[in-house]
Amino acid sequence: MPQIGSFSLLLALALALYSFLIGAFALWRKDDLLSETARRAGIASFVAVVAASAALVVAALTNDFSLAYIMHHSNRALPTPYKFAALWSGQEGSLLFWALLLSAYGFVLRVRHKVDLQLTAYASVIIAAVQVFFLLLVNFAAHPFAIVTGTIPQDGNGLNPLLQYPEMVIHPPMLYLGYVGVTVPFAFALSALIMKYPGEKWIQITRRWTMVTWLFLTCGIFLGMHWAYSVLGWGGYWGWDPVENASLLPWLTGTAFLHSVMMQEKRGMMKMWNMWLIFTTFFLAIFGTFLTRSGIVSSVHAFAQSGIGTWFVWFLSITAAACVAIFALNYKHLKTENHLESLVSRESSFLFNNLLLLVSCFAVLWGTLFPVISEAVTGSKVTVGAPFFNRVNVPIAMFLLLLTGVGPLLAWRKTSLDALRRNFLAPAVITVVAIVAMIAFGMRPWQEDISGLYSLMGVALSVFVIATVASEFYRGGRVISSKQNTNVFAGMVQLTRRNTRRYGGYIVHLGVVIIVIGFCGSAFNSDKEQELPNGQSMTIGSYTLVSRLATQDDNANYESEAAVVDVYKHGRQIDTLYPERRVYHATEQPATMVANRSTLREDLYVVYAGSSEKGNPILKVHLNPLVMWIWIGVWFIIAGTGIALVPNMAAVRVMSPVRATADALSGGRTAGAGD
Amino acid sequence: MPYRAAELPGQGTDMRLNLSERSCRALQLLVLALAIPFFAGASNDEARFNNIGHKMMCACGCSQLLLECNHVGCTYSDRMRNELMSAVQRGDNDDLILSTFVGNYGPAILAAPIRGGFDRVAWIMPFAVFVLATGVAVWVVRIWKSRPSVAAAASTPAAVDPELDRFREQARKETEL
Repeated sequence: MPQIGSFSLLLALALALYSFLIGAFALWRKDDLLSETARRAGIASFVAVVAASAALVVAALTNDFSLAYIMHHSNRALPTPYKFAALWSGQEGSLLFWALLLSAYGFVLRVRHKVDLQLTAYASVIIAAVQVFFLLLVNFAAHPFAIVTGTIPQDGNGLNPLLQYPEMVIHPPMLYLGYVGVTVPFAFALSALIMKYPGEKWIQITRRWTMVTWLFLTCGIFLGMHWAYSVLGWGGYWGWDPVENASLLPWLTGTAFLHSVMMQEKRGMMKMWNMWLIFTTFFLAIFGTFLTRSGIVSSVHAFAQSGIGTWFVWFLSITAAACVAIFALNYKHLKTENHLESLVSRESSFLFNNLLLLVSCFAVLWGTLFPVISEAVTGSKVTVGAPFFNRVNVPIAMFLLLLTGVGPLLAWRKTSLDALRRNFLAPAVITVVAIVAMIAFGMRPWQEDISGLYSLMGVALSVFVIATVASEFYRGGRVISSKQNTNVFAGMVQLTRRNTRRYGGYIVHLGVVIIVIGFCGSAFNSDKEQELPNGQSMTIGSYTLVSRLATQDDNANYESEAAVVDVYKHGRQIDTLYPERRVYHATEQPATMVANRSTLREDLYVVYAGSSEKGNPILKVHLNPLVMWIWIGVWFIIAGTGIALVPNMAAVRVMSPVRATADALSGGRTAGAGD
Repeated sequence: MPYRAAELPGQGTDMRLNLSERSCRALQLLVLALAIPFFAGASNDEARFNNIGHKMMCACGCSQLLLECNHVGCTYSDRMRNELMSAVQRGDNDDLILSTFVGNYGPAILAAPIRGGFDRVAWIMPFAVFVLATGVAVWVVRIWKSRPSVAAAASTPAAVDPELDRFREQARKETEL
């Protein structure tokens, strides 16, 4: 296997180099035949990287500890799915996985080249350049097929216990699909700039790529949050760790791009901005990979410190220089075609949405790097943790939430004051009612710290967004239902099918506000730690936990201590939980297995913190309100993005009068007022 | 109160009644004054412990806040929590407690840069960038508003790109009712 893997990697590098160099030469010489050979070499490089990855997986499955990577990240007792996941569990394997996904994206792009032969040829060359970088890394800096020197051990060191969790089998691939996928819109954007490509066709071509990539990144981030919540056992899901932040950075700029690209499509504006947004998203994706692997910032998630940071610095520098040079040569091609007609317009809301997303991105990046900057300037390292990020980012998030609600109510070009008043009235009244209701039900933000106030604001603004989105669906649905004699719900379904992108987008917004509501619950978290001998009980909130027994287990992979805890609510037993603490034999590392009873109202989150001197279990119990809404919100985002990716249902002739009626009903809002 | 009328009739009685009432109220106030710090102190200590404990990191290297460290077998968090609780119960003020921890464990023990000096830059920069970006955005908007549309300015047939129009039309269909 090591020989097959090493050979495949070298072959993949050679093919990617050919695809890059000959492809570029062919484009310069305008030689279509040569360009075709470069495209095919790119396709072949995918096959070679698949072979290398398969070799590593087979080595893990067959316990080939002659490979240093397998020896360090697997062992005989490791369950098979985790042996498969060993492919991305360490530095070398995960870089190979990066190269694999990039080759796969390149493969799809090159196979679908007929969509635009010339543009795809350029994009293929750019992707090949990125492939060359990652294949150079795995061939010369972080070789996954390095052989163990000396005696081959009988067993491996095993996988990090924190990674032995089902979500770790899917979280990294999702995140990597997001990171790597950014390369495709980046390649198309750079190609369009080099070619001075007319119009926005490149955006049309890459729109689905961008949305799919963004969805992968979103899913990857939230799977990571769920993993942290379920495995790390501290009762939270986001700790503003540098590696978490690294995944958030390209997500923020990618989100900004998804919004501002509409300005270019519809109004021919923000062309330069969009170009730089997609460049920045790509840089941040690579920068995130660099942060995770270079060891410049300390993180619980980071891979082992290594010297590959220098490679990344060079790659980022060369890419940045290339982007700046190409932009400087071709920027005149990106002139804005239209002007802003009114400050109160959809264009303005998109501009400020972008501004806030970018400022938030800067704040996260700045906070992540500040310990390094501080050490360089003052000589002493500081910590920049959750208190900093929350204080800086939560107000920005509140503004963004407000814009999410306001944006759909504004029309493109110009919104009249009358239309503004009419559109805002119902959502504003609903929001005020929601605030009064929350205060009536016991929220007292003036009696609590700032988190209580933010929670109230967050929920109120979420209600505002929900009201605006609901009114958009209702108004459109009502128009269609009146024309087709169906009910309003059927009208809304029809509406969504006719304009999947717009209404899918609204569903994504709904998902975001549901997530925000989930976040707001964290202001009311509570916890309690107690030694709990058999038969004893502890109370938190409306729950009473009674320890039934303490138990121990030992198997080939780990030994464990656990408590069996009966959960009572209002005197009635509602569940039995099993919080556990494991110590893995191979690594001698402990890990907590959280027992979580999750409901729409709150999570009862029980951690086996350890055992007392008397051998009684010590439990740490958290009561975390509304957490489940975060995961529900993600499903909305997935559904919304899925809908937005579906082509529109064919328009029917009845649309013209319907549209006229819709405009009349919405008070003469200009075209596209709601998207 | 009926007993007062029976036992202490007349004007003098009223005066004694007032005196008695005042004493009673004074006693109540005294008890209350003593009780408030006692009970409030208990919850205040807890709130302070909670507040300060979330301003510090655990020194074990788990990258978690002190009160959120559940690192199994952590040799630092219990000791640090005990030190924090002792300091809070002693009545040390927040600044003293934090500076004592910085002295014992180094500046990285603080969960956010709050020591003044260069630490202030951490807080200023995001807001400076926000202000700067807002200024730039306003400037851009003014330019956009004052500039005539390129399409309108160059209203010659050559400026019309049928392919571009087709994509615009597609974008419009995809994003409008």
